[in-house]
Amino acid sequence: MQVFIENLAASHNYQPTRLLLILRAIQARYHYIPQPAIMQLAGLLDIPSTQIIGVIEFYSFFHLVPRGQYEVLISDSITDAMLGKHKLMDYLSEKLQLTVGAVRNDGVVSLDNTSCTGLCDQGPAGLVNGYPLTRLDRSRLDQIADLINQQKPLDEWPRELFRVDDNLIKSGMLLDRPIARGAALDATFKRGLQETLAEINQSGLRGRGGAGYTTGWKWHLCYEGSEQDAFCDVAAQQQQQRYVICNADEGEPGTFKDRVLLNSYADQVFEGMTVCAVIIGATQGFMYLRGEYLFLYDKLLAILDQRRAAGLLGNNILGKGLSFDIEICLGAGAYICGEESALIESLEGKMGIPRNRPPYPVTQGYLGKPTVVNNVETFLAAAAIAEQGGDWFANIGTDKSKGTKILSICGDCQHPGIYEYPFGTTVQTVLDDCGADDVLGVQIGGPSGTFISNQEFNRKLAFEDLATGGSFIIFNNSRNVLDVVNNFTHFFAHESCGFCTPCRVGTSLLKKQLDKIIEGHGSAGDVVALEELCRLVKNNSHCGLGQTAANPIITTLERYPELYQAQLKKISYEPGFDLDGALETARRMAGRNDPAAHLAQTEAEHE
Amino acid sequence: MSKTITIDGKTIPFEDGQTIMQAATAADVYIPHLCHHPDYTPHGSCKLCTVKVNGRNCSACTFPAAEGQDVLNNIKELTDDRQKITQMLFVEGNHFCPSCEKTGNCQLQAVAYHLNMLDDHFPLFYPHRNVDASHPDLMIDHNRCIFCTLCVRASREHDDKDVFALSGRGINKHLIVNSISGLLKDTDMDMHDHAAHICPTGAILIKRTGYQVPIGERIYDHQEIDAVSLATEQQHGE
Repeated sequence: MQVFIENLAASHNYQPTRLLLILRAIQARYHYIPQPAIMQLAGLLDIPSTQIIGVIEFYSFFHLVPRGQYEVLISDSITDAMLGKHKLMDYLSEKLQLTVGAVRNDGVVSLDNTSCTGLCDQGPAGLVNGYPLTRLDRSRLDQIADLINQQKPLDEWPRELFRVDDNLIKSGMLLDRPIARGAALDATFKRGLQETLAEINQSGLRGRGGAGYTTGWKWHLCYEGSEQDAFCDVAAQQQQQRYVICNADEGEPGTFKDRVLLNSYADQVFEGMTVCAVIIGATQGFMYLRGEYLFLYDKLLAILDQRRAAGLLGNNILGKGLSFDIEICLGAGAYICGEESALIESLEGKMGIPRNRPPYPVTQGYLGKPTVVNNVETFLAAAAIAEQGGDWFANIGTDKSKGTKILSICGDCQHPGIYEYPFGTTVQTVLDDCGADDVLGVQIGGPSGTFISNQEFNRKLAFEDLATGGSFIIFNNSRNVLDVVNNFTHFFAHESCGFCTPCRVGTSLLKKQLDKIIEGHGSAGDVVALEELCRLVKNNSHCGLGQTAANPIITTLERYPELYQAQLKKISYEPGFDLDGALETARRMAGRNDPAAHLAQTEAEHE
Repeated sequence: MSKTITIDGKTIPFEDGQTIMQAATAADVYIPHLCHHPDYTPHGSCKLCTVKVNGRNCSACTFPAAEGQDVLNNIKELTDDRQKITQMLFVEGNHFCPSCEKTGNCQLQAVAYHLNMLDDHFPLFYPHRNVDASHPDLMIDHNRCIFCTLCVRASREHDDKDVFALSGRGINKHLIVNSISGLLKDTDMDMHDHAAHICPTGAILIKRTGYQVPIGERIYDHQEIDAVSLATEQQHGE
């Protein structure tokens, strides 16, 4: 192992910023990070061992104790639950003869849940040693369990098990006609760099991750620098190191558009990054790819190589004397890293904890240097705008939301997949197109977004009405809203980074309080207490995760207060836990289960 | 003419580069806090110092003061939230003031009194946490850690040692130490380090000093935390 670690660290030039990639390699080989490896790495990378342990314990895909040689993870996404995930999980657990969360005694296999894997259009889905398993059903699970029990290497497994389809169903101005390789850069150099930035501004393009910051303005700020830098001379400004980062940490449950863009439009995304780089004067770029998309990694590396060979990356791009290259970094299972400053921390080899702002990444980002962080779809659009011009884009959409939005549609509909719509399209139009009927409601923008009921389908997808990063989950009338809310609320508690008190403790309290109500232990004041807690977490949390973690409760409580009230017991005060359940251990010890060994807890039971 | 902000209507001068907390402290305005200490890089995690800056919630300890800011601090909405956030810190750990050596000297307890916290409000988590009494002169009682990172920062920024770090995610956050065994005795921690004396709660204690100051004669037995905090931090903050 010592030689392996030494060579591994050497291959990453002993750079602490590469810690996640190094740990991924160790986890893949040993199925945990052994303690001697931590100590050795601390020495080789010249960082405290506590930083390494912190990182291991922060990211879901790293472990301090051994996992199975086959690490099987099944997605916890609500859409997978709707497709029967829970029963399948029980089935697999029985088939493999191990409990969920555990490693089998022989060390061959471990089984656990994982947050949404970005395969909601072809679930139930999972991962085995980081690679996606799609369309799981009993026969596939039989097959998988046999392969594991025979200890067949993954590359001998049937490819069909790993097949990931694009499911591109409706394309628009961007997906209809990808640009030719190099066309956007050609146009940029012909038109001029500042002139191209003007076109990006003219297009009205706003960030596609959901927050909707104006892209051209972000690029402008990054180039111009902070107020202090603005006064320094032009030469110093030109020498400033800047970075371009593509946020491909698509973790919002129900979103998978970036998976498709990177599978089929990666060239254009890289081109968008390169256009940004030449405009702002960056020489280094990164794509932060979520760990769940490991299956795209080699393909993306190959495309980067092709672009280098074509003179579109590397030194002297298209002979214009500008240099820029892109490195791909993989995440390791942490939703919070989709937040741009947490993503930057992660890229630096640290826990993904959102930074205090100001300063913003445009002035102090990666390694403290000015950095543009944009979504995959934003770079895709930017490349098209660089080629076609700003007006082409601005002619589509609404007043404040120009162009189109690429949606990931899943849940209760006939045709889940990728759809591209002009901004301003109504929810009803989308539902008609994807074959959804008898709809109860739609979760727009994922758990951190908004739940809308079937009274609101005339609302529009746009920053001025329903903003979305692309997640669009449909629920039909057979679904229970509280199950959905419960899934989302548990998700946020699991993904909170734990930095600030209101989110660290608050998301767990939200989970407890909601569980209490759903399990029928709530009494009169409990919905009010839940509302109060929502407000507290929303208003006081450090970053977007905490500020939106209560949205599933807030948006459904607004629309379906009677659902929550119906869960409450009639008596005025109810203990916050299951009184009778708490006696279970005592009953077991006493070998009793007669009626007298049970406590009544409701008025009805008393009577 | 110097630049100014207003806090609850009072005009307060500040210098460029100062945070709202620094400007407030210098001007004798107390903003409740636990993770902030004037000697160390602000962290902004406890969120007790949340103030409204031109209507928007910001952490006073990290947010830069800027000309013309209208800051609200001592208003009911904020103090109510601070009380709830303090209650969150109490329920996520195991804080039993009557049996804690730090009682009367504890900032968590003092802030709770200052904010008129009379109960835990939220259900208790009763987490299982350990005590590390391995070090000859010091002990860590993880039950009382509130993840303020003051020991982490003091060790790194003052003692030049890097003994402590936070690890884990979400509600599983915990304090770890830099040694192969994971025990404090195997780190280069010394009882004279700043990090040994900075814990706002009773999570890091010096051995063989317990109860030398009797209960009733301790810091917050006689003064509220706002007065103590302003007096000590004004000396540091210059």
